[in-house]
Amino acid sequence: MNKIVEKEYFSDKVIRLVVENQKIARSRKAGNFVILRIGEKGERFPLTIADADPVKGTITLVVQIVGVSSAKLAALEVGECITDLVGPLGKPTDIELKGTILACGGGVGVAPLLPIVEAFKKAGNRVVSVIAARSKDLIILEDQIRRWSDEVIVMTDDGSYGRQGLITAGMEEVIQREKIDECIVIGPAIMMKFASLTTKKYAIPTQASLNSIMVDGTGMCGACRVTVGGKTRFTCVDGPEFDAHEINFDEMLMRLGGYKSEELLANAKYFQK
Amino acid sequence: MSLDPEYLKIERSQEWRAALRSKTKNKERTAIPRVHMPEQAPEIRVKYQDREVNLGITAEQAALEASRCMDCVTPTCIEGCPVNINIPKFIKLIENGDVLGAAATLKETNALPAVCGRVCPQEKQCESRCFYLEKMNLPSVSIGHLERYAADFERASGTSNIPKTAEPNGIKVATVGSGPAALSFAGDMVKNGYDVTVFEALHEIGGVLKYGIPEFRLPNAIVDFELENLRKMGVKFETNFIVGRTASFDDLKEDGYQGFFLGSGAGLPRFMDIPGENFNGILSSNEYLTRVNLMGANAETSDTPVILGKRVAVIGGGNTAMDSVRTALRLGADRAMIIYRRSEAEMPARIEEVKHAKEEGVEFMNLCNPLEYFSDEKGMVNKMRLNRMGLGEPDASGRRRPVPIDGSEFELDVDLVIVAVGVSPNPLVPSCLPDLKVSKWGTIVVEEDKMQSSIEEMFAGGDIVRGGATVILAMGDGRKAAENMHLYLQNKLSKTTKTN
Repeated sequence: MNKIVEKEYFSDKVIRLVVENQKIARSRKAGNFVILRIGEKGERFPLTIADADPVKGTITLVVQIVGVSSAKLAALEVGECITDLVGPLGKPTDIELKGTILACGGGVGVAPLLPIVEAFKKAGNRVVSVIAARSKDLIILEDQIRRWSDEVIVMTDDGSYGRQGLITAGMEEVIQREKIDECIVIGPAIMMKFASLTTKKYAIPTQASLNSIMVDGTGMCGACRVTVGGKTRFTCVDGPEFDAHEINFDEMLMRLGGYKSEELLANAKYFQK
Repeated sequence: MSLDPEYLKIERSQEWRAALRSKTKNKERTAIPRVHMPEQAPEIRVKYQDREVNLGITAEQAALEASRCMDCVTPTCIEGCPVNINIPKFIKLIENGDVLGAAATLKETNALPAVCGRVCPQEKQCESRCFYLEKMNLPSVSIGHLERYAADFERASGTSNIPKTAEPNGIKVATVGSGPAALSFAGDMVKNGYDVTVFEALHEIGGVLKYGIPEFRLPNAIVDFELENLRKMGVKFETNFIVGRTASFDDLKEDGYQGFFLGSGAGLPRFMDIPGENFNGILSSNEYLTRVNLMGANAETSDTPVILGKRVAVIGGGNTAMDSVRTALRLGADRAMIIYRRSEAEMPARIEEVKHAKEEGVEFMNLCNPLEYFSDEKGMVNKMRLNRMGLGEPDASGRRRPVPIDGSEFELDVDLVIVAVGVSPNPLVPSCLPDLKVSKWGTIVVEEDKMQSSIEEMFAGGDIVRGGATVILAMGDGRKAAENMHLYLQNKLSKTTKTN
């Protein structure tokens, strides 16, 4: 179980893995995530499911190497197995016919955005996607996003591909020209903060999918606390998607750094090897 | 079965037991002082997260303590035991030198004797009903220490006695969760011949026994040994499986499962909802203990990080608070403090845990309540503000209500805060079952004498029903649920055979 059957390098830091897990492939919905553990000393960490094939019994995960655990996952080769994989977790995205959807993904956030774009399109919505990254080599899954979008705008910080500028510039362009019924943003917390501020100006209902620190992923530990509308919520059982305009992103950014010093030490030790 | 007076009478009238009773006069028995559990010295034990505090009694101590028990005609101690262990029988077997027989007796009704011998609050249960205490005002027979002794003796002997199981009946039943309630249920159902699968969301079996209770109170190896016994009896275990999510209840019914025991525990940690509580370095006891106990975060080799606080405040006065504060000491805290809003008399923690914590150097700041937390520029907690409390009239729980004292506010430097103020039931299972009746607190509503939920093939027990209790009460629920699910399934089966 949990055997890697396909591995693709989007860049040297971003890797796509197709993993065998019949049950999760069948039961997952857009927006769900899994918890993984690599090796007997491994830590538990969440990843949003990027795609699934219920016939083949596989799920797709996209991982960016940022620390020890993501590096261990990325180091697994075809034929090797993920020690522990559990899910699907979190509430699925609320998919229905809403009209026009603005789907925004930054960096590896495009991976969890993909199944949501697909589901909204299949539900009959017009979908305009804006995908963004620092530079061309970090733009991922463009063709797949195009397949389920009516229009795609690509933004890069350095202008090496698509248009130059931040994701918010692409969003503004779409919002100026047509009526958006709902927006979904997924990406680094800082990007989601500014994307959310952009749609707030225009009062467009917006959902953001959060990537909080988690241990169990089932509501037990509370590591993933986030303040939404002044109330503490748990990303794992109440989310991972919340009303973006109500999320306290500054607190979220602070909480993502909760184990920074421990992580830096661990990284130094691991990557030195 | 062991509460059946006829059965108890037959057991008690066996020749060897009658002979044992007449061998020693009761006067001699009552003159023996209660055994004292040998303990690891506090200055040594605070250095090791995984070394047990209680070392276990010796064979001589056990034989002597067992001889204190007078083998009463009406053994009230059994009524005090949530799983109704035949207490006089196992104790008399120890006195008679048949310790393996004593261990087998424990396993007649208890799936986890080595666990219960360590973590049960016997002083509130069996031992509180002992003749010594009730009628003679003497310290009770040390039933808990003897239970642990018999279970440990068996494990050390290498000859594990596997309880007899009925002929397999081919009926599949499942547990949701693998904590004490589910394991106790699984043990009884497998004895009745059922095909039992235990489903667990985490990567390890054991629930709170693994992620919650620290190794200095309950070593993981002991839990694993008891799990191995259940496995040998035929119980199947499936990890990384969230019933309702990984597969739905309907999927499992299609796979042939006819009965479900919901024992998913008290999943959600409670916080106090005070300013600054989401700063880094403030975490639930569940998170702190899971990082250390389940993930081994205190070991160099573990990828899971844990904050090694120097000035640690643990909020709460229960067993989980004691486990957290004593863990913090073992992980190198200079000051490990309990912040509790009532006084020691109202503390829900076991007396033994409080005693051990004090010996180890835990500071008790009783009658204090947190008001607010402060942080450094990076959002790491560095200070808290509290006020002192007085005790007013008794509240609904019968304990005196804590009332803030005006003008008593003060500040305390801290670099790690562990919030252990209770838990709420895990919403994952109820959210998958719209027809399941839950209380306003989110606990599953059951018929108390049967543990049957509003969905007839689903029974429930432990913290998901009680909202937060003890290992042994959860185990009692598991047994009761097994007994009643057995009746329910047999009844249903005989009806379908008749209509055929």
